[in-house]
Order: sequence, then structure tokens, then C-alpha cells
Amino acid sequence: METYIPPEYEVVRDRDLCTGCRICERECANGVHRYDKDLKRMISESDKCVNCHRCVCFCPTRALKIIKNPDTYRLNANWQPQTMNEIYRQADSGGVLLSSMGNPGDYPVYFNKILVNASQVTNPPIDPLREPMETVVYLGKKDVELKRDIEGRLVDNLPPQLKLSVPVMFSAMSYGSISYNAHEALARAAEELGIYYNTGEGGLHRDFYKYGGNTIVQVASGRFGVHAEYLSAAAAIEIKMGQGAKPGIGGHLPGMKISDEVSKTRMIPKGIDAISPAPHHDIYSIEDLRQLIYAVKETTGYSKPVIVKVAAVHNIAAIASGIARSGADIIAIDGFRGGTGAAPTRIRDNVGIPIELALAQVDERLRQEGIRDSVSVIAAGSVHSSADVVKAIALGADACYIGTAALLALGCHLCRSCHTGKCNWGIATQREDLVKRLDPDVGYKRLVNLVTAWRHEIQEMMGAMGINSIEALRGNRLMLRGVGLNETELKILGIHHAGGPV
Amino acid sequence: MIFNDLELKTAPLEGEVRIPSGCAVSAMIDRTGRKMTGEKIIRSIATMHDRSNGLGGGFAGYGIYPDYKEYYAFHLFYNDFQAKKETEDFLVQHFEVAYSSEMKTRKLKSITNEPVIYRYFLYPLSKRLANSLLDEERYVVRCVNKINADIKGAFVFSSGKDMGIFKGVGYPEDIGRFYLLDEEYEGYCWTAHGRYPTNTPGWWGGAHPFGLLDYSVVHNGEISSYDANRRYIEMFGYKCSLQTDTEVITYIIDYLLRVKKLTLNEVAKVISASFWSTIEEKSEEEQREETFLRKAFPSLLITGPFSIIFGFTGGIMALNDRLKLRSMVCAEKGDMAYVSSEECGIRAIEPDVDNIFAPAGGVPVIYTLKDGGAL
Repeated sequence: METYIPPEYEVVRDRDLCTGCRICERECANGVHRYDKDLKRMISESDKCVNCHRCVCFCPTRALKIIKNPDTYRLNANWQPQTMNEIYRQADSGGVLLSSMGNPGDYPVYFNKILVNASQVTNPPIDPLREPMETVVYLGKKDVELKRDIEGRLVDNLPPQLKLSVPVMFSAMSYGSISYNAHEALARAAEELGIYYNTGEGGLHRDFYKYGGNTIVQVASGRFGVHAEYLSAAAAIEIKMGQGAKPGIGGHLPGMKISDEVSKTRMIPKGIDAISPAPHHDIYSIEDLRQLIYAVKETTGYSKPVIVKVAAVHNIAAIASGIARSGADIIAIDGFRGGTGAAPTRIRDNVGIPIELALAQVDERLRQEGIRDSVSVIAAGSVHSSADVVKAIALGADACYIGTAALLALGCHLCRSCHTGKCNWGIATQREDLVKRLDPDVGYKRLVNLVTAWRHEIQEMMGAMGINSIEALRGNRLMLRGVGLNETELKILGIHHAGGPV
Repeated sequence: MIFNDLELKTAPLEGEVRIPSGCAVSAMIDRTGRKMTGEKIIRSIATMHDRSNGLGGGFAGYGIYPDYKEYYAFHLFYNDFQAKKETEDFLVQHFEVAYSSEMKTRKLKSITNEPVIYRYFLYPLSKRLANSLLDEERYVVRCVNKINADIKGAFVFSSGKDMGIFKGVGYPEDIGRFYLLDEEYEGYCWTAHGRYPTNTPGWWGGAHPFGLLDYSVVHNGEISSYDANRRYIEMFGYKCSLQTDTEVITYIIDYLLRVKKLTLNEVAKVISASFWSTIEEKSEEEQREETFLRKAFPSLLITGPFSIIFGFTGGIMALNDRLKLRSMVCAEKGDMAYVSSEECGIRAIEPDVDNIFAPAGGVPVIYTLKDGGAL
């Protein structure tokens, strides 16, 4: 017995507006729309719709809309329709449920419960339209003994640093999970913006070696596409120990997304699911991580910073402290809302902790131990806006990674179906006809626009606080106040309640 | 000014809450080392009366204790004699006490509610010092911190050699006369501060200058980088218990000078760094140095308005924030050098200066004794 599951969304077509041009049919890779010759009109199968809004956006007469299907099971506050449907699906298939993008659950978004300060009367706001407003940051170790040359001049003996024009980078999204064109857009945007994008664990396509100066290459547990040349091509190397969307498990790339080019780049067989191991099998403890960090550094002649990326889990502060003492230059922490191209639903929706709390604890712990200077900290996992960047930096981050926000800029509508490989926006797909829908010339410009806009907004907020360098915002928690947070939450975040300090 | 007892109890104390304040600062130094009483510095700061609001004033004098110049001069506020007894017990366990006495003061109508004020000339007990495994200066700093943190009602507000800080609640000119600075003391360098706090702690220890051994800082401004600076510097054993800008600035300068061994000019390039765009226009050599300092000490950049006068044995450094969001002028007349929040603070005591200028934001002005100061 296969259970019929009513569609979650329903395609509604205004018959008066529809001209039967069939654009919706061509745009939908899921086969929702088709022209019925007998009826002489377009019909839609809502069952197949993932609500990606491609047809809605491309309908020239605005005849389409997607609405939440009012069809309902008998109302039950305890057994929600989503939960019931998942049981039906598992009873049908016997499989692990798969999902894409970040945890959509109704958990608190702490960034939205934090407010930012502004200067007035005793201290002036600074006008970013008329005064310099610096957003440059350098990521890397700062804890060196000062040295002077024979003439007494200070010697720059800092380990390699990453210079960012604005403390925002594109987070790891592999070639394979996303398309060639999406990667090209990210790489070119990073170059123009003076920031970095991250290859994820899918290797680096030959065509993109030329953007190496703005590329962070990843070494993950599957070691897909990792070789000396790959490491040497990059500006920095990221060892991925965990990911916010799926702490405790490895990456997952469905076989249908492994095309010839993806296969070649990753150095894996075509068409077969690529599931990286949950742990790195050469890292079962912190001292093993240290060995990999130094193996990578040896390979690249200590010329590039090494980032260790971890998922925000319960003991993240202790983990970060261990990493800071293991030779890593930068720690990237990915909160439980971070996105993914494919993850088991239960893991995505139930494992990990919010980035705001993890970041606050990591920053505080590193300071308590006097080692905050030995690493930079990148925060990731649902950074929604420039305001979130400002709040993350005031909590203690050196910079933020954005993934979902960057994909939205490229057209993603968060239908959360990346794992099906049929992305109508040409992003999370390898189907050539779909990939070419994403024009890298347009895509890269949109990414540049997004980060440029955020930069302006960050400058506005800094100026309002009377801060003219982002460096003076880092860890400046007095600039933050919580609203509607309890004492435990405030304590973990290390901030006062609005109206406080009491 | 009459204090209301009830008000004293209800307003939070210094250190319990962060208190921004506006201010006036002034300093003068005779670069030949010739000594002068505090009479002129009092007149200078008095001219800027309206920049204070009667809630704090203070001075630092250098070269004022020639007879005891090898000894650490501790100035203490006591709330009561119990605190005094506890502190003196502590002091004799850790120091040789060369001389001690109650601070000589002049009764003034405008100065009320003063605490018990004592002065001690101290030298670390050699055995204690050896057992502590600390160098002499760290040992003294630890003792000061211990008294201030652990003995209720006692506060060390000056602890340098051959220098002293004198401060309290009131207008600075009254505080100066209260301590008889115009009669009792002669120094080659004086700095002064008039405070305009925005709420009313009414605590003598909260007035400025803030001192750490022979370092003293007077500051006008409200820095916006405070918590970034505080959380960073506290990694290195400093504790910002007063929650004031002056305190954190003093610790930053102490860390960079004493621990990291930077020069005063380099310190200025860290805390009041040039903008990246300005650095780009400088010579290759300067670019290299300033870029390195900004990369190495990003968390010690101080933003928001400040004008500080940093006093040390043998000299002063005046420094503005990089946008120059607070007024400050410098002037010279022969061997004399002056710094003041406003020109009037200088003209009042030296109408006929050789040259007078407003230093640009982030550009330090350093005046030291001609035969070489301590730095």
C-alpha cells in the first residue's frame, strides 16, 4: 500500500490571464505544467511542485501563484501534517529522510533578539558618507613575539594572513552540490570584492585555478579532489571537521549530480552517490588534527593560513580551545541553521546549537584562556543580513561566512530540494539545460551587489555607534543588548538586557 | 557643594556601572627639569571651569618627592579607620615603610565628604619580593590591585616613584587648593583633569588622573571601542574594575610600552592608527611599519573621541583620536611646553607663547626632559 500524500502547495492559475504560452512548462524541471491538447489549456500537477517559484517569476502575464494547500488532516496540535507525512514516506520507502538547506524549524533566532547601540550627546556618531569607515580585516594568528631588525625597526613576522575588504566570505559549497556557473559567479564575485569563496569538499575545477588568490580550498573527510596542486592554488586551506547542517556526519552528494566534470574534479566515479565518511579516518582525536594541519602546512610551505571548520555542538568552546592550540590559524564555526545540499532530515533538524550562543562561548573561552589572539574566528550558519554580521562581530567574530544568502542572490527561492538535482534556477544542479539558466555574468554581478550593499549597511551601523574601524567592533559586546532573553541566555551571550546593564 | 546622603547610596558606584564623561585636560612641563608649584596648572584648568561639572578633578605632579625618590609613594583613600588598619597591616607585611603621614589638606567649603587620605613611602621587602618571583614593578602593581580589590573601603590612587596623583570630587581648582598643590609641592611636570561625568557616583577614587606606578592618564572623551579594548587587554592580567576609559587606556599603554616594548610613537600608531587610506599614501617604510602594527594589534585600536595626556617619569605624550573628535592644543615657550583642551588653558598662564598648534588626529606630541627622560 502506498500512501497518498496531498501536496503541501497548490499551483493556482488564473485562466483569464494565462495565454497558454507554455513558458511555465519549459521552465519546470519537475514537470508540473503541461499543455493538454484535448482541453486546450495548461494544467498543473501540484504533487510535483516544490514551490521554487521559477514558473511564477517567468510567467509573462503573472497568471500563476503557489499557495499553501488548504487541504488538511484532522487538526492535531501534537501530530502535525509534516510529521505524519514523514511517517507515511518512511513506511513506503524504508529509507532515511533527506532534506536540503538549513533547519527550517521554529527555534529561536538570537540575532533577532539582539539590538545594537548608537552614539549621541556624549559621543558623536560618525558619518560614513563623509569620513573613512574601515571594514578591512586580516584573518590569522596575531600572537607573535615582536622582533626588531638591526636598525630597531619592527619586523613583520606574522604568520600568513587573509585580507578581507569586508568581513563577509562565501561559505563552502562544493562543485557538484552546486553548478559550474554558480561556482564561476562566486569566484568572480570574490575576486572583485576582495574577499574569498570556498570550494567546499568537491575539489577545484581546472577552469577556476585562475581565481586561486580568492579561493579557500577545503579538505574534508572524503578528500575529494585533494592533491598538492589543489592546495597550492588556494589563498587558504580549510579542513572541514563538521558542518552545521549535519554535525557528526559526512557530506552527501547524490549520484545523479555526479556528471563527467564533477567526477573528474572530485576524482570519484560518475553517477554513484558520494558519501564522505563521518570522521576523517586519520583524525580520531585532537592530536591527529594537529598532524593534518601541519601536513597541509608542510605541503604549502607555511605560506597559507589553515582554517578548521567545525559544527556548533554542545562542547564547542572546549573544541575551539583545542583547535586554537593545534596550529590552526582560523576557526570557522557553523551553527545548526547552516545550509546544505543534502542532509538526513533528522540530523539537520535536531543536532547542533545556534551560532550566536556557540560564537559567544567560543570567543569568551578563548579570552579566558588568553589565546584569542592565536586564532581568528569565522561565524556561519544563517547570517541573514548585514545586521547579523554586525552583531556576530560584536559578539566576537572576526568575519562571517554566508552561503544561503549568496544562493538567494543567485536566484534560489529556498524550495529546499537541492538533493533532487533538478534546481530550476541552475544552482543546485548539474543538468546542462538547467545550469545554463544561471548566467555567471549576471550572477557574479548580483553577488557583488549584495556584498556591496551589506558593506554600506555595516558602515552605517558602525558610524551610528561612533566606531570607524570594524576592528573596534570585534568583541565589543557593550554595543549589544538583548530583548526578551532570559538570564541564562544573556549570560551565555555575555550581553546585558535592553534598558540594562542591571 | 552639599552631598545628599541618600543620593550617594542610590547612585551606582564607580565600577558598578560604566560612566561616560566629558572633560577638560591640561598639562605643562619644563623640559630643563626646573620645578614649579601647582599654582599655574590650577589656574590653567580653572580657566576651563565650564568643561567640568564639579564631580571630579585631579592632578599629577612629577618630580615632587625628591627626598624619597627611590620609594614608591602610595596615596590612599580610606572610608574609615578599620580600612586603614587592615591596609597598614598589609603594607608592613609587604613593604618597608620609610615614612607615612596623613595627607596635608586645606579645609574648603566647596570640598565636602572627603575620605581619610594617607600617604606612604614604601619599598618592597626584599625577601617577599624574591619569593613572589615577580619583578619589582609587577610586585608593586599586584599589591596595589590586592588592596583595591580586597580591602573594603581602601583605595590606592597613586603608586609611582617621585610623582603623585591628587584627586577628588569637586571642581579641579578646588581640589588643587584642597591638596595645597600651590604651596606644598614643586614638580617639573604637571597634568590636570576636570571631570564632567554624566551620572553621579560621587566617589573620590573615580576622579582622574588614573595612575599605574609612574604612569598617569588624563583623558577627555568617550571611546566607542571600550568593550573591545577591555576584553582584549583583560587577557593579559589586567582587570578593568572601574569601567572607565581612562583605566583601559592606561592598561593598554602599559601593556604596549612595558610588556611589548613598543616606543611611544609606535604605541600611538596602534591606539590611534592612521586610516588604511592614509597609510597607502605614506612612504614604503612607514607603510610596512604601520600595516604591521595594525595587523598585529587590531583590538587595541581606540575609536571614538578622545584626547589624552599620558604622563610618565621624564615626560608627557598628548594624543588625539584619529578623527580628532576632541579639541586639544599644544604650545611651546622656551623650555616650557603646554597641552590643553582649549587654547585659553594655555593663554591663561602663558599669554605670550612661541608657537601654538592643534595636533592632527592620531599624531602624538611628545615632550621629554632635555637630558633624556626615563623613556
